[in-house]
Amino acid sequence: MENLIAFFSDPIVTTVLLALIPLVFILVYALVTLYGEMKIAAHIQNRLAYMETGWHGVLQPIADMLKLLQKEDIIPESANKFLFILAPYLVFMGTYASFAVIPFSSGFIGSNIDLGIFYLIAASSLVVVGLLMSGWASNNKWSLFGALRSAAQIVSYEIPGVLAILGVVMVLGTMNMQTMSQLQDGGIQNWLIFGGNFPLAQKLALLPFMVILFVIYLLSSMAEVNRTPFDLPEAESELVQGYNTEYSGMKFAIFYLAEYANLFLVSAVVVVMFFGGWSSPFGSFMSGTVWSAFWFIAKGMFFVFLNIWLRWTLPRLRVDQLMYVSWKVLTPFALACIIAVGFIMVM
Amino acid sequence: MIETIATPKTSTGKSLRTEEMIVNMGPQHPSTHGVLRLEVVLDGEIVVDVIPHLGYLHRCFEKHCEHMTSYQQVIPYVDRMDYVAAMTNEFAFVVAAEKMLKIEVPERVHYIRIIMAELQRIASHLIAIGTFGIDMGAFTPFLYYFRDREKILELFEMTCGARLLYNYMWIGGLSHDIPPQFVEKTKEFCTDFKKTLKEVNDLLNYNEIFIKRTANVGILPKDLAVNYACSGPMLRGSGVNFDLRRDDPYTLYNKFEWDVIVGKGEMGTVGDVWDRNIVRQREMWESLRIIEQAIAGIPEGDVQKAIPKRIRPVPGDAYGRIEGPRGELGFYIVAEDNVTPYRIKARAPAFVNLSVINEISKGAMLADLVAIIGSIDIVLGEVDR
Repeated sequence: MENLIAFFSDPIVTTVLLALIPLVFILVYALVTLYGEMKIAAHIQNRLAYMETGWHGVLQPIADMLKLLQKEDIIPESANKFLFILAPYLVFMGTYASFAVIPFSSGFIGSNIDLGIFYLIAASSLVVVGLLMSGWASNNKWSLFGALRSAAQIVSYEIPGVLAILGVVMVLGTMNMQTMSQLQDGGIQNWLIFGGNFPLAQKLALLPFMVILFVIYLLSSMAEVNRTPFDLPEAESELVQGYNTEYSGMKFAIFYLAEYANLFLVSAVVVVMFFGGWSSPFGSFMSGTVWSAFWFIAKGMFFVFLNIWLRWTLPRLRVDQLMYVSWKVLTPFALACIIAVGFIMVM
Repeated sequence: MIETIATPKTSTGKSLRTEEMIVNMGPQHPSTHGVLRLEVVLDGEIVVDVIPHLGYLHRCFEKHCEHMTSYQQVIPYVDRMDYVAAMTNEFAFVVAAEKMLKIEVPERVHYIRIIMAELQRIASHLIAIGTFGIDMGAFTPFLYYFRDREKILELFEMTCGARLLYNYMWIGGLSHDIPPQFVEKTKEFCTDFKKTLKEVNDLLNYNEIFIKRTANVGILPKDLAVNYACSGPMLRGSGVNFDLRRDDPYTLYNKFEWDVIVGKGEMGTVGDVWDRNIVRQREMWESLRIIEQAIAGIPEGDVQKAIPKRIRPVPGDAYGRIEGPRGELGFYIVAEDNVTPYRIKARAPAFVNLSVINEISKGAMLADLVAIIGSIDIVLGEVDR
């Protein structure tokens, strides 16, 4: 018994255990979202989706996962084996590393660092390297197309996204994601989308800019996770399957997992920045460590749902139109918002 | 089709060497609507040249037809040409054969054939627009349309037992008369279907992103369309007011009130991808009008009265053509003193329409090429035969 206590109080073990919490969350969340996406898509499209495996097919994601595990893992003969194997893990690593600074609840954050959101931007940029690597290593023209498209897209959309984050950082005066949530605590009126926890005049002045920054970040986050209407890197009608055309089995599953994890990641950033993070919408009612985890995940899942909803409704943009939206619409608007927010905060 | 192998150009600038890339689009590519192979020369995302390679689905249809034991046996083969609009193929063949044999069919047969052909036109356009939506990245309209296509297939199944390849129209008549509940069910379909048409207009055809993707893309000018002998929605999308149902009326089409839909370039230029798509969408309304009139005035009669017991024509030839969902579908039959045709030649609209792809997709982007293929609405069974 004493050995056990000594084992668990070892700082290395506790760090590893804490690091595993987001991983467990990602795995469970991915299964739920996989099922949810299929069911939502089906009901949007007048279908039923899975009905055979378990009650309303709830076991289907597990069956899918088992199938992917059993599949033969094919590496094309002319592929660059090292990069080909490394790429999916690098993509997942970038996303997983970003989860370190996500404040899941008022009592839990992987790493409470002051550069939180800055670290998140940096770590999630690793994804681009992985995608480019997978496209290059596959030695397939369609994969290369997909990889180049995704590199161009993610890099372009990081700019308006980061500018939107900058606006929020200017308002809240911190990059620490836990502090960001704390500053918006105390009820729905304190959330940044409604002007934040400021005197009324400042609040009203901030409100329109916060809404614009929110829309800008939402759009650029959709582009960063390659979801419709910005799913060009894996546009199946043009590029077969994009950068993961040649992948199969578990490597493909890792790509899939990374995509879903990334989806929650950007939703979490939206929630932390504009929707009060883990704070309860009713002030001190239903708040606390466990309730705040509930609110955080519920808010995050709402934005995941929004992404799924849009995906099954909208057509896809073209490459040049995508770049147009990023450079000529979102970036100037984000810059204008930052200037306005700066003036408001100084006054 | 020209079987040239494209040669990529290499350009050496001052510091960077760039090269054109050849990509094989198909035959397993998801948006080539079957087994079309396009050899695409790309400069980045810009299409420099497109060379279609055909024949992956060639089944010697025309040769097969010469070795039957009767003219009636050709009909199942005709079905398999354009497999999403089998009824239309039969219609074209029986029109040609009846012209050659000089058979007068009862009025009831004419009416049922028109109803079936228009239902089939709707079913075919539903697939065309639905898959076009998928090409654009919108999956949902496809399934909305498939739900209604299912109702049409049920009507066909109710009538002749088959859902895809019917063998329903025979030379001189029909294989079955329509069942008693058919009239009621068709009327029901017509009212229900109008709702879906409006719904998909909102979801797809007038969607801002969709318009951005399709307007001013793949413009097919009027003269080019005529020079390449394009027909059907492809030709009408370019602003040419020509429809065989009105301009060379076969069976009883001149009895009904309906309009020919022509592309007007509302969202961009006349003859762009959006125009071709909207022509199909609006044609479904017109088809519904024809069906409603036909179903109201359907006369009594025996549908198998005029079917010849044995077909042995006097030597000669005939060309019969109809307006299929994809354009002018014609059969040229040469008969000798025998029970089987000496030669059958099909004029497949999808094949003719596809020939224009090289002209209209140069300078477009890769994503536009997908839009252009989708808007041509090819069925490889008909292109390769």
